Amino acid sequence: MTLQYPLQSLAAHPARLSPAYRSTLKRAPTKPLIPMRHTLSELTGPVYGHETVREHDNDLTIQHKSEPLGERIIVHGHVLDEDGRGVPNVLVELWQANACGRYIHVVDQHPAPLDPNFTGAGRTQSDATGYYKFITIKPGAYPWGNHHNAWRPAHIHFSVFGHSFISRLVTQMYFPGDPLFPFDPIFNSVTDEKARARMISSFDLENTKPEWALCYRFDIVLRGRYATPMETK
Amino acid sequence: MSHQRPDGVTPSQTVGPYFKYGLTPNGEYAWNDAFTNNLVTPDTSGERIRVEGKVYDGDGAVVPDSMLEIWQADAQGRFCDPQDKRALPNSSFKGFGRVGTDAGGGYAFDTIKPGQVADPDGKPQAPHIVLAVFARGMLLHLYTRIYFDDEASNASDPVLALVPADRRATLIARRKADSGNAVYTLDIHLQGDNETVFFDV
Ligand SMILES: [Fe+2]
Repeated sequence: MTLQYPLQSLAAHPARLSPAYRSTLKRAPTKPLIPMRHTLSELTGPVYGHETVREHDNDLTIQHKSEPLGERIIVHGHVLDEDGRGVPNVLVELWQANACGRYIHVVDQHPAPLDPNFTGAGRTQSDATGYYKFITIKPGAYPWGNHHNAWRPAHIHFSVFGHSFISRLVTQMYFPGDPLFPFDPIFNSVTDEKARARMISSFDLENTKPEWALCYRFDIVLRGRYATPMETK
Repeated sequence: MSHQRPDGVTPSQTVGPYFKYGLTPNGEYAWNDAFTNNLVTPDTSGERIRVEGKVYDGDGAVVPDSMLEIWQADAQGRFCDPQDKRALPNSSFKGFGRVGTDAGGGYAFDTIKPGQVADPDGKPQAPHIVLAVFARGMLLHLYTRIYFDDEASNASDPVLALVPADRRATLIARRKADSGNAVYTLDIHLQGDNETVFFDV
């Protein structure tokens, strides 16, 4: 086995019980988790065939008859391990609200319009260097019932697989400078400021396409590192 | 290619209440499923089984908006991953499944009974499936395992041995006596008297 997954890496994650996010109260375990050594079951993970990702699955603006409304954006970056090496050939899935902050999910009934030209789901596979890219529209902020006047900062949900079942990551990508950051208990469930910053994409002028779309960069750092230190920086 | 060394992993955030149309659309939305709850392929060898149950929260209410993912070895105890050097290149059994719980908190996976996988000392573990649980209200997913109540090797499994005896039953799926096909049931309790054992991995 060539990968290692130190438990210290988990310190960046939110506490499962984060009372300001009320839904954690009845869904976080109350008994301590049981430590165990990683076996082959934990250290291996699924491999995808080419059938999993179709061409254009990474472009959320061309899934319907016309283009969705909203601000077209490019979201790209690398899936990295903890040493900064690209993690190749892993599945990256995303889902998000439309430009008005409305999800097509039937449970989302807040008074903002659906967009018949926007589903809000995409997927891609990182390339040999760990690079991935999506084309989508910028999602809107949306209200939720956690507390009075609660609004989620604009975000895109990401689901990423690494090379083991325990490097699995589900997270949310935020946009720089969002005024809702101080008020969002989900964002602030990550208590370390540097760690929170890793969930915020950066505006990427260099890769912004003139006359077409703003670009945001979001590198996703997965747990684990290659044990063989072949590269020197 | 090497990037600047990151100062840590990207933190986890909840899957939220609205993942279904993206991750588990199951024909209800204009998007296709990357994975389903049926892992069985025609060339898969091994005993066909179904594992089913419900997910409950701390009030004992069913959880209709969770996502479960499983990962398991084939009937010979090999993983479909090049990191497992024993993997058979010609099998289409991938060993990974995903399902969203239904309105009643229910889930089911159609798969095969996995073989035994060695622990780091080479000692055989009892047949098991690794399970990850995601849901609204869970900022970081949880890992647990599914064992089978008709496996004698449970008694010598090194991971089950780490679990206090009075909590082991939360990890062991029970075979339904009345089923012609092999159906095992295991409920997941996020909290409560029967709180499922979760592992710190
Ligand atoms: Fe969301």
